This record gives sequence, structure tokens and C-alpha cells, in this order.
Amino acid sequence: MKTISNRLYAWIDERVQLKDLVAFMAKKYVPVHRGSIWYYFGGVSLFLFIIQVVTGILLLLYYKGSESLAFESVQFIMSKVTFGWLIRSIHSWTANLFILSALIHMFSVFFERAYRRPREITWFTGMLMLFVGLGFGFSGYLLPWNELSYFATKVGTDIAGVIPVVGKPIMIFLRGETDVTGATLSRFFGFHIAVLPGIFTVLLAVHLLLVQRQGMSQPQEFEATPAENRKTMPFFPNFLLRDLLFWLIILNILAMLAVFFPWELGRKADPFASAPAGIRPEWYFLFMFQSLKYIPARLWFIDGEIFGVLLFGTAGLLWLLVPFWDRKSSGGKRNRLITYIGLFVVVYIIIFTLLGWFL
Amino acid sequence: MLTMNEHISTPADGGKRDFLKYILGGSLIAWASSVLYPLFAYMRPPVQTEVEVSSVKAGKLSTFDKDSGTIVRFGNKPVILIRTSTGELRSFSATCTHLDCTVQYRKDMGVIWCACHNGKYDLNGRNISGPPPRPLDEYRVVIQGDDIFISKQT
Repeated sequence: MKTISNRLYAWIDERVQLKDLVAFMAKKYVPVHRGSIWYYFGGVSLFLFIIQVVTGILLLLYYKGSESLAFESVQFIMSKVTFGWLIRSIHSWTANLFILSALIHMFSVFFERAYRRPREITWFTGMLMLFVGLGFGFSGYLLPWNELSYFATKVGTDIAGVIPVVGKPIMIFLRGETDVTGATLSRFFGFHIAVLPGIFTVLLAVHLLLVQRQGMSQPQEFEATPAENRKTMPFFPNFLLRDLLFWLIILNILAMLAVFFPWELGRKADPFASAPAGIRPEWYFLFMFQSLKYIPARLWFIDGEIFGVLLFGTAGLLWLLVPFWDRKSSGGKRNRLITYIGLFVVVYIIIFTLLGWFL
Repeated sequence: MLTMNEHISTPADGGKRDFLKYILGGSLIAWASSVLYPLFAYMRPPVQTEVEVSSVKAGKLSTFDKDSGTIVRFGNKPVILIRTSTGELRSFSATCTHLDCTVQYRKDMGVIWCACHNGKYDLNGRNISGPPPRPLDEYRVVIQGDDIFISKQT
């Protein structure tokens, strides 16, 4: 057995120079400090993404992406297909945990200023993956074609439509018609299973390549301590094994959630029914949804909706571009402003999410 | 520093080179747009001509309770029909002017209400509270015998 694996290794090594890779892995160290726990959330997000790919492909075996069949096919998966309820519940739960994990990852990177030079591209690809992740959530939400998702999609695409000049064409492009119909479902299905996974994979490849190439980011205070006082841990196998343990815990949490809190299907979408009371989007859009409720119909000289869209659009853009305007951190100096802005955003999101949830 | 082999360009040369540059650049742009135009045009959904609906039958007066509302299909748009507590019939577009949700009649509040962002309209369709920026379009209600008909305002 040993000789077979040795010979296989030698065979591959001869062709792709595995030795270099092993030498690279052996030299890789992970900094150990009080914030080390945050290093795991990138890996957890990756793991959740892999689960989504696998369960997504499994759902594709039975799902039918059309106005008259979508709801019934999900019903079929949930009630007739062996373990269909499990696969669908895991897919829905993982979608939510993925966004949560990616948000934790993103905020930890923000607070540690890990986006600073030379890791700007890692930050951009990460942020773009978060946006694509939200796109996954938004498009996937419609696929069961139920009442809640139907109206959520109407509102979401209509919000795109209020953007000045480009809004209307974008809305029509997303909907595939002037209204949310079966044409929208077809498009969202295509985005969800082909367009977004393609974009995501490219971004992920660049992101991971850079993380490997540049090594783990070190917090500023860690960099400031003398080299002999810096604690590190080998990536292989010490950190990787801890990573795997984390993944195992997450998988168990997922299984429990899927079994004890199976994802609901709701009622089939009816374009000629009123929006049901208590309607709201997925929790990660809730803080924006709740803010929209508080913005009056008209503010000074512009429509409230346009104001809200511009406000969140600008905030998102500034957040994405933080490596460019936070020159201090890139220059190795402490920038307290970043902590205050980050705390404000976290507190804002938590308060408005809770308001949206309980009101 | 110039070596012997290098050529000092004369104005005539520059003109020739520029000419080639424009021809090549121009054909590159023409080629790119002939590839991209069909792709982008394909993504824009074709406008479907809908059958123009001018009037629909919305139900029977005798079975329509006072102080209640219902959604009626008007072509491919939802329309709300309300019978007030005094028995009067009114009809409006059911599409909320805020973000495209479908409104409903709320007996307890005596208003037309949108569940999505808590927008409210009075029974004349005027936006009275919440985010809606405009009133709802009104439709005409005609009663013939026991039948209720809804038609567009002219």
C-alpha cells in the first residue's frame, strides 16, 4: 500500500513538481494573537460555499424552473423525494449561515485593517464575493415561487428601477419583462445557477491565490511587537486541523437546524393577491428595508426611495473603497476613525435589523 | 540616442502610420460592436403587445359585502374594488405607488394598506401615510343590474 502511494506521489511529483508546493506549505505560518479566532471565518465561508454547490446540484436533479412548475417541484422535493426535505433545508440554512459567516469575516478584516497595503485586491475580491453572495440570496429566494419571495422580488427589482437614468433598463433586464412574471423566474434561475457561480469562482480563485501568496495578514499591534515575541502556528497541519474541526462543528449545527427547524415553503405566489401582512425580506436585507420604511415619501427635492437607494449605494461604495481612503493604516499608522465608523455601521445594522424583525 | 538602423520618422511616414492606426483601430471597434450589439440587444426582453383591456366584470353586487375589498384581475394588472361601509363602490389600481406591491383593504383601519412598507391610502386613493409618493389611479365602477363592471377612467 505504502509503495503504491509512494509511487503515485513520485509519478505526480515528476510531472507537476509537488515538492515545491509541499515546501511552500511547510513554510506557511499563521500568527497567533488575541484575534486569531477571526482567521477561521474565511475558511468557514468557503466550507459553506462548497455545501451550497453540492446541495444546489442535488436540488437541480428535481427542481423545475418555470412559473407553473417551480412551486410544485419544490413541494415534490420536500415531500416525495427521499431526504429531499433535508437537502432543501440545508441549502436554505446554509445560504443564511454563509451570509452571516461572510459578514463576520468581512467585519473582522475591516476592524483589523487587514485590507491595508498590500492586500487591497484581496479585500476587493472579498467584498465583490459578498455582493455576489447577496445576489445569490436574492435570486435563490425567488426560485420556490412563493408569495413572500414574489413580493420581495417585486420590491427588490423596483428599488433597482428608481436609480436615476440606468434604473429602468436594469429593472427590465432583471425582470425579463415590465412585471415580475415567469420570465423573471427563468432569468433568476439562470443567474443563480450559471452566471453568479461563474463570477464567484473567478473571484474566489483570485482571493485564495492572494491569501496563499501573501500569507495571513497580521494585526498592526502584532507587527509592532518584536519578532521574537510573535507567536505563530504552522498552517500545515496545526491550523488546517483546527479549520477542519470548525467545519465539522458547522456541519453539525447545520444538520440540527435543518432537522429541527425545516425551511418553510409557504403559499404559491399569486400575482392577483394582496401582499400578505408581515411580509419582509431575508434578514440580511432587513436593515435596509426597515430604513426605507422610515424615509418619508419626499425629502427636500428628491423622492424618498431615490434618497434611500443613493444613500446605501454611496455607503456601500465607500466601504468597498476603504483601502483607498484609509491612507493612515496603509502607512502603518493607527487610524481610530476606522474603528468608530465600523462600530457605527455594526450598531446601525443590528438596531435596524432588530427593529425590522420585531416591529 | 539613435543608432544607424533606426529610422527618423518624417511627416509623410507619420501620416501613413496614423492612417494605418485609424484603419486598424476603427475596424477593431467595428468588429467589437458587431459582436457586442447583438449580445446586448438579446438581453433586452422584446416588448409583448398586450390585449388592451378597457373593462372587466368584477362580480355580483348581491354577494359583495359592505365594508370589504377584493382584488380583481384587470388585463395583467391587479385592481382593488372596495365597498365602503355606506355601500358605495370604489375601484383603484392595486399596485402601490411606492415599490410595486399589491395593496389591500383594511377594515379595522378603514384604509387601503400596503403590507410591504406600511403605506396607507384613504378610500379616495390618496396617499395619507407612509412612503407612497403618489395616489392610486382611480378606476370607474359601473353597475348593470346585479353585475359590477370596472373600467379605465377616460
